[in-house]
Formats: sequence, C-alpha cells, structure tokens
Amino acid sequence: MTLLLVALGAAVGAPVRYLTDRAVQARHDSVFPWGTFAVNVLGCLLLGFLVALPADGGLMALAGTGFCGALTTYSTFGYETVRLAETGARPAAVLNVVASIGAGLGAAWTGMVLAQALL
Amino acid sequence: MSQPRLPVDPDVELRVPDQRRELARAPWATLGAISAGGTLGALARYGLATAFPHGPGGFPWATFWTNVSGCLVIGVLMVVVTEAVRPHPLLRPFLGVGVLGGFTTFSTAMVDVHQAVRDGASGTALAYLAATLLTALAAVWTGVRLTRALTPSTTVSRTAPRDRAPGGVGASASEGDVR
Repeated sequence: MTLLLVALGAAVGAPVRYLTDRAVQARHDSVFPWGTFAVNVLGCLLLGFLVALPADGGLMALAGTGFCGALTTYSTFGYETVRLAETGARPAAVLNVVASIGAGLGAAWTGMVLAQALL
Repeated sequence: MSQPRLPVDPDVELRVPDQRRELARAPWATLGAISAGGTLGALARYGLATAFPHGPGGFPWATFWTNVSGCLVIGVLMVVVTEAVRPHPLLRPFLGVGVLGGFTTFSTAMVDVHQAVRDGASGTALAYLAATLLTALAAVWTGVRLTRALTPSTTVSRTAPRDRAPGGVGASASEGDVR
C-alpha cells in the first residue's frame, strides 16, 4: 500500500515539475534556472509542512516521499549549477547554490512553522 | 550571465526548438514518459531510504547517496543526449526528467537538515548539507567529463564544440541541432 501511494504521488509530482518549469521559463528570458528553483522551493515548503503534521504514514508516502520527492530534484539543480559554471556564468552558478539552499531551508522551516501554528 | 543563450536546464529548455515543441507534438507520450520515469525513480529512492534508515540525529546516508548517484548519472546522460547521439525524443523526458528527477530529491535534503538540528545534531546537519552539495556537484562534473572523454571525438566535435567556444552546445542547441 505504501509503495502504491509513493508511486501515485511521484506519478503526479514529476510531470508537475516539468510543466511548472516550462511555465516559469516561458515568462522570463534569463539564463538563471528559475523554473527548477521554483519547484524546489515549493517542494521544500510543502514537505516542511508535512513533516510537522502529526505522523500519518499514508499521507507522508503520497504527498511527501512521492509528490514532494518527485517534484523536487537535486540532479537537475546540480547539473544546472555545473553547466552555469563551465559556460562562464560563474556568478549565476554561485547564486543558484546560495539562493536554492537558502530559500529551500527557509521554505522548509516556514512550512514547519505554518503547520505548528495551524494545529 | 555573460552567455544568456546557453541551455542550462536538463529537464526542459524552451530555447531548444525540439524541447519547446515536444509538449505540443506529443503531450501524452511526453507527460506519460515523465510520469512513468518519475514513479520508478521515486520507488527506487523509497527502497533505499527504507533499506538504510538513519536514526534521530544520524547522517542521512540513503538520501546522500541517492542524490550523489543521481547527479553522476545526469552528467553522463546529458552529455550523451545533447552532444553524442540523436536520442529517441522520449529518452530525455523519461530518464532525465522522470527517473533521475524522481530519484533525487531537494526537499528531503533540506528537511533532513532541519530535523538533524531539531534532534540536537547541528554538526551533522551542517556536514550533511555541505557534503551533499559538494559531492553532488563533483559527481555531475565527473559524469560530464568522463562521458566526454569516452565519447567518440568525431561525433562530439561535429555536434558540440564545447566550453565557451562561440558555436558551443548552447549555440548549436539554439539553432536546433540538438535533439
């Protein structure tokens, strides 16, 4: 059952990342990977919220491990950073690391605080 | 941001004409490939996390190795699909966006840090954050360089004069050479 919930969440999360990335890219013309940044920060906010809720294995499997796990990505973030660095856009590479990790940690913390405040 | 035309995002880069068109050309096949790949990747990640759990305040090794190995493979994959061969149009959506995107996770990596701090293991939290970042970036770089070194040079030089050259990967992608 847990496997099925993880699979269901991921089956939705991965295409949502792709569609969000496209939608964000269509609205700006910068080399900075705002699309991946957006899904990663959103996923951190949601996962932070989920882990601060009272333990619910099913919800965590579906929305946390499945959806948030597939919505966010370290491989895309890592590849983009290396690509920016090796193509001469080193300031953008550094900014991508600092902004993604800073905003990711901040969003996760905000999600946890929100869940505690609402309960 | 000195070279604004270079494709950077391995999930989708709208500056690459084939990638811009793929959703309109084959919406269900593209989204289905991403969804199926994402499911496989997430199940593999869940399997590793279940097999190698970490206790409160422990170093999250399963997520660490998941993210590092996914980064190594994306380096290999992206060189293959953008510089070496003309892949099937669903290969990048399935493997790159789907499997690797679903396998690796940014949200767990960040939440793990907070949970280690909460469990009184601030040193572990900081070490985990820094080790994941540095090892993952080194893994991407290693994957890219190793694959370029092993790729037949004729193919690579035809499609992708690399690194800062005026007609590099980005330029050729903008012109629609890269599938």
